[in-house]
Amino acid sequence: MLIRQPRPGDSAQIRPSEITPESVFLDRRRLLQAALAAGVAGLGGAWSEVASADVAPLEYKRNEKYSLTETPNKYEDITGYNNYYEFGVDKSAPAANSGRFKPAPWSVAVSGECENKGTFTLEDVLKGHPLEERVYRLRCVEAWSMIIPWIGVPLADILKRYKPTSKAKYVAFKTVMRPSEMPGQRYDVLEWPYVEGLRIDEAMNPLAILAVGVYGKSLPNQNGAPLRLITPWKYGFKGIKSIVEIRFTERQPPTSWNISAPHEYGFYANVNPNVDHPRWSQARERRIGHGLFDSRVPTLMFNGYEREVASLYQGMDLKKFY
Amino acid sequence: MPSTNVVRRVFKPALFLLCLLPLASLVWRAFELGGTNLGANPVEKIQDTLGQWGLRLLIITLAVTPLRDWFNAAWLIQLRRMLGVYAFFYILLHFLTWLILDQDLYWAGILPDIADRPFITIGFLALLLLIPLAVTSTNGMMRRLGRRWKTLHRLIYLIVLLGIWHYYWQVKADVREPLIYLAITLVLLGWRVWKVRRRLLPSHRGADRPELREET
Repeated sequence: MLIRQPRPGDSAQIRPSEITPESVFLDRRRLLQAALAAGVAGLGGAWSEVASADVAPLEYKRNEKYSLTETPNKYEDITGYNNYYEFGVDKSAPAANSGRFKPAPWSVAVSGECENKGTFTLEDVLKGHPLEERVYRLRCVEAWSMIIPWIGVPLADILKRYKPTSKAKYVAFKTVMRPSEMPGQRYDVLEWPYVEGLRIDEAMNPLAILAVGVYGKSLPNQNGAPLRLITPWKYGFKGIKSIVEIRFTERQPPTSWNISAPHEYGFYANVNPNVDHPRWSQARERRIGHGLFDSRVPTLMFNGYEREVASLYQGMDLKKFY
Repeated sequence: MPSTNVVRRVFKPALFLLCLLPLASLVWRAFELGGTNLGANPVEKIQDTLGQWGLRLLIITLAVTPLRDWFNAAWLIQLRRMLGVYAFFYILLHFLTWLILDQDLYWAGILPDIADRPFITIGFLALLLLIPLAVTSTNGMMRRLGRRWKTLHRLIYLIVLLGIWHYYWQVKADVREPLIYLAITLVLLGWRVWKVRRRLLPSHRGADRPELREET
């Protein structure tokens, strides 16, 4: 399905008559909220399906300091070209197959080396954290990239609330396991559920966020609704989606792609033009949304976030810890 | 069985157009006709589609002889050359797409890729091996080469296996599709091996139909 969505670069071409009147817009929002409430209240499957299939506008502030000035990719590219193997391996599969997925109600289990263990609703997890927009570059390990305006909360702010102990050297994440709603989980393409992890100092870096939205609206299912990780200096597969578990650990946790092909995907997975994937070069990347005859562009160390994160890896051999 | 004339005047032109469809669909979508498009990453879409159809056509070419045997349809052989030449055509376009659209003729990247990355090396080797087959696909060449023509064109078995290997090595985790191609190819190759063995066994020799002996 191709619905053309507004984007920053479009605004000059939109005639005033084409803009949806605010009253209609607000009515739609009210309808969505009603649907969401009905779904949460368990009033029936049909209602919650309406709610989950659509996205709702969010209130947020742009964080200029951590935002690129480049024009973001089109909404339809960000939501139509995805790697989310739980919904199928083709780039178009997540958008096509995620309609039945229910991102609400949602809860996250926090466990391991921390003081405030427990299971928390998504509302609990986010309570008191203002949402901010961050325009980040996303670099896929497959050597393509996009510019994406995420909406989220700094990961560090959320993690600190659970009071990790001095033993918490790493933090591990887990994606929900729902083969009935995620058809890709019915095949062992990867070991399910998907798991990821960060060293605690990486997790506490201000660039790392937990995203709940994109382009001013809540995350569509194919982008990892309702809660996903974004670490822009790492390859996209580190950005685990639909998170249901956060666990503080003393030892380095296993990660899905590393389990699948350890010689190709490491724990760190930092974007690095000098360390090639065994089967392809990482020196250059294709910008999604540019023309058919557009050249690749050079890949930047740590995806251009060298200043913010290079100190995390001082003295480490990045060829060995890829 | 359709007459040679029907095959030449109807089946062959129909097959010609049919084989053109994947390319036509790419061109159609590249120009965004009828509200269609090639998605967020058009270069990848073009490259994958061309490569996939090249491999499929190679396997279909390989299937012609077994199909003829199973369904007793000798006329199928008349379509084999077109299928093979189309396979070469798609694989050549696949390569050129990689060279021009994907790598932007950036030789400092292309040459090391061909030399150092096994899946690219294998794909490139398969393309190189296809060139003599495409060049000798004319009637004149068939005549000139005589028995050697058939020996040369047995390279197709190796080329298909290289092509599948190239595809298998390129995918990130989901190897189901290349494995399906491999299974089909092994059935087609197995059939040929079985047929040759049966012919070589003395007990079957007399029972074998001589008119089928020449074709493999």
